[in-house]
Parts: sequence; structure tokens; C-alpha cells
Amino acid sequence: MIISIASGKGGTGKTTVATNLAQVLGNRVQLLDCDVEEPNAHLFLQPTFTQSEPVTTPIPLIDETKCTFCRKCADFCEFNALAVVGKQVLVFAELCHSCGGCMLVCPEGAITETSRELGTLNVGNAGEVAFVNGRLRVGEAMSPPLIKRVRAAADPDRITLIDAPPGTSCPVIAAMHETDFVLLVTEPTPFGLHDLKLAVEAVKLLGIPAGLVVNRADIGDNAVFQYAEEEELPLLLTIPFDRQIAEAYSRGRMMVDALPEWRHQFIELFAKIEQIVKVNKEAACVN
Amino acid sequence: MRELVIISGKGGTGKTSLTAALASLAVNTVLCDADVDAADLHLLMQPEIRQHHDFMGGKSARINPDLCTGCDTCRTLCRFDAISERLVVDPIRCEGCGVCVHFCPAGAIEFPVQRCGEWYVSDTRFGTMVHARLGIAEENSGKLVSLIRKEARQLAEEHGHDLILTDGPPGIGCPVIAAIGGATALLIITEPTVSGVHDMERVLDLAAHFNVPGMVCINKFDLNPAMTETIENIAQKRNVAVLGKIPFDPVFTHAMVAGKTLLEYGEETPTHEVVREIWNKIITSPSMHSYGIVDLKATIQ
Repeated sequence: MIISIASGKGGTGKTTVATNLAQVLGNRVQLLDCDVEEPNAHLFLQPTFTQSEPVTTPIPLIDETKCTFCRKCADFCEFNALAVVGKQVLVFAELCHSCGGCMLVCPEGAITETSRELGTLNVGNAGEVAFVNGRLRVGEAMSPPLIKRVRAAADPDRITLIDAPPGTSCPVIAAMHETDFVLLVTEPTPFGLHDLKLAVEAVKLLGIPAGLVVNRADIGDNAVFQYAEEEELPLLLTIPFDRQIAEAYSRGRMMVDALPEWRHQFIELFAKIEQIVKVNKEAACVN
Repeated sequence: MRELVIISGKGGTGKTSLTAALASLAVNTVLCDADVDAADLHLLMQPEIRQHHDFMGGKSARINPDLCTGCDTCRTLCRFDAISERLVVDPIRCEGCGVCVHFCPAGAIEFPVQRCGEWYVSDTRFGTMVHARLGIAEENSGKLVSLIRKEARQLAEEHGHDLILTDGPPGIGCPVIAAIGGATALLIITEPTVSGVHDMERVLDLAAHFNVPGMVCINKFDLNPAMTETIENIAQKRNVAVLGKIPFDPVFTHAMVAGKTLLEYGEETPTHEVVREIWNKIITSPSMHSYGIVDLKATIQ
């Protein structure tokens, strides 16, 4: 089972929910931190990394002794990653999506591929929890290919938890696509509600069952709860604003360790998710 | 023309609330919400939309089953696994590269330009605002960010405004890179948590990489005073000014629920004063006066 934890808005407590859920599930679980721009889960789970490798993506390499400067490659490229200036072909590597099209259209066979580093993939263990994250190189714009590499490291024998990046565009979609459940985390404020609505639209588009965690449940107004009811989005857990939780978080401590009374709440949260996924799969079989 | 871009690395640190508060202190500015993926500034600004434009982004492949001969060329060539065995394009996986379109021997693949979102020019009680909404699951957020920043700049030039205040996106990836290139300075909001510090360092590295001067402001500083000190030390080492420390104050949430900026909401608290001080430090800061011009304060306050 693959559960992604998403939120629309940043800072609502995605990583808190993902890491605490992982901690209570122990050796049954693997956490993939797909927020490759700002990975944070390792700050809480403090894994020991056993493996770390660069993640690269292919980019074109022009052999100017063969090139006739016909511009077919530059004309073909939808991303403006190639330009022909006089007797020179410029490759704007950061714009390249690695589709390989330029190599295929070159009539002279003057294009081969070299690779460019996007970031690193790190694999390890945090106690019993299997842990993987990706770390985007600073200055690098292309996060989805790195997210896909983190996703590809999923262990099919374990429950997979995905800590998704914020937002509703391509990086989040890469993290949520083809998962069994999306756990949405929000806070009851106008910003939280607005961004939750966008995240719900994304989840609907992907056709994945979803449930809600409301964090800092007493700081704002009731609109989030009303919305969840109208949308029939099951409210699976509420976490109050509690200075003890906030301070534990600030020091990088997990809720279930600092305040052990929360352990059973997270175990129950998982049981509810498991139930929804099961019912949903049965419904899919009937249809 | 100067542009201050407010970013944070980590989401939820109070970027938008602070941008709004600064907007209510500034005069003669254009506001720009560059967090196109989860734009929230409009919730506090209640903009009256004056212009409404479609944002046309990349293309997306579509196989016409009537023309398709089932040769499988497209599926073999696609590097994004976007074409299923039944030869249907998954629009979520399709990157719009056009390889399948070009090499389809039957000419069976259409390649229409996608409408990826909308952007607006609006009136607010604090002046003109340029903002946008990226469609769900769409790409090209960096392109949309660049577009609205260009529009904001053009409007500011046309109307003789001296400053653009831009609410930036979270992270360090494509949209953030598009949001900071060519900016006068960055205001980096952080919070005293291990993740706040981690993300601030990543964003400071990014600022250095693109050569844009940064200033730091610590929100909810009293949540962990020791971590606040760590942030101050990092800032000092990197030669970045800490403009101010804002306490954890529920007044930000109350103002947000009321649809107001901090400075418009409720009675004066010490937090109001801290925000005013931060604004004063911004407009008198050397990084906003890279050519030695120091009349910014006179023109925008």
C-alpha cells in the first residue's frame, strides 16, 4: 500500500504526520521523502544512510565536427534548450527535459548524450523504518525526475509513506500519482482552506481516495471542518495547537516520542486509512 | 525600479502574512503574488479583477485512434512512459516534448497548446496587484512566475512606481528560481525550528548562487530562543542582516481570518511595532540601494 501525504500549502504539518506515522509503524514501513527541494523528514527520523548516489539526467552533447548547423535540433526542441548561433550550438542544460528528440532528429548523427547531475538519492534506515530521500542540487530547477527516482526506490514488501512537496503542480503530482491513498494535512485558516481546496481538486483529478488531518485545529475558524463535511472528506485526525508539540518540533523531536500519548492516535490513523483503502479496492472490484 | 521578493524555503513560515503587512506600510508599489501554485495573497487583498488573461503553456500529445495504425513507434520512443500499451497518452505523464508527434509515421498525433492557468491585473486598497492561478497538475509554473513578474515590472514602470513587492513560492526549485532572478533583494522569512534552519540555509545558498542579496527575518522567534540564536549566528557568518524577530503571536491568524493585514487588524501590539521596524530597515538597507540612491524612503513611504 502506498500512502502519500500532501497539503497544498506548505508548513501545515505534512512532515510531522509522515514521520510520526512511520515511527509508530516501525518495520512495516518505508518513508520516501519526495519533497526534494526542501527535504525535512531526515531531521526528525535521523536515519543512518547506507547508500548515497548522484541522480543524473541525460542532456545532449554536440559533436561540432559532424554538425552542419542545420538547426533541426533547435527547431525541434519544445523547451528552447538548444540554440544555433553562427557556427556554434548552445545547450541550455537546465531547460532540457531529456526527451532525446534532438538526438533523433539530427540528420548527421552529431548528437549523443552526456549526463547532468540533478541531486542525490540517499537510502538508509531510521531504527526499524526504511528511509529514502532525494536532495535537489541548489540552483537546479528540474525536480520531477528526481522525485520519480525516489519513488522508484519503493520497497513493495513494505507500506510506503510518501512525504510530498507543497503545491498542486508537477512536483506534487509526481509524488501523488499512482498511490492508493492521499492523506491531506491542513490547518483551519483561510490560507489552509484555500490551498486544501486546490489539493482536493488534484486528488479528484487523479481519482485517489483521500482523508484529512487538521493540524493546529484550534487556531483559526470552522470553515475547514464545514468544507470537509460538504466534500465528504473523512476527518481522520485533529491535532490541537499545543506549545509542547511546537517546541518538540522546533528541536527536531517527534510527537510520538516527546508525548507518547499520541502513539495510539497515529496507530488508529493508520487503521482508518487501511480500512478506507480496503473498502475502495472492494468497490473497484465490484464495478 | 526595485523589487523585493519575499521567500522562505520552507512553507508556512508567514511569508504571505508578512508580505501583506509590508504592503499596507508601502505606498507607490505594485504587488505581485508569485506563489502561483498556491496563491494566497488575494485572500488578504480582496483584489477587484480589472484584467483577466489566459496563460497558455506547453503542448500535450493526443493520439487520434482513427488514424493510428498501432505501430507502437510512439510508445517505444517516449522516455516518460506516457503512452500506454493501448496507445493512449496519459496527460499527467506527458511532458509535451513532441517526439511521438514528430516520429508518428501515420501523422496520427495531435499536439495542441494547453491553457495552463489564468493571470490577472487587479485593484486593491494598497494599489495594483498582479496575480495568477496555475491550473491543477499543470507544468510551467516557472514560466507563469516569470510572466507575472514581467507584467508587474511593466505596470510599475508605466505608472511611475518605485517598488515591486513580490510574494514568492516555497522551495528552491523551478518557480523560486523564476521568482528571484533579477530581483533587487530577497527577504527570507524563517522560523526557529530544525526544518526552518535547514530550509533557510538551502535558500541562502540559492540566493548566493544567483547573486541576489538576502536579508533575514525570524518569525515565531520565541518558540525556541536557542534556535533563534543559531539562525542569528548563521546569518552573521554569511554576512546577511537579520532585520527583526517577530514573536509567536496569534494576531496573525486572527487578522487572516478577518481578511485583513496585521497592521489593519486590532489594537496595537508589540508585534505591530516589530513589523514596522522591519519595514524601515528594508527601505533604508544598502542592498535596496545598490547604486547609492538613498531616496527610496522618501518615494515609497
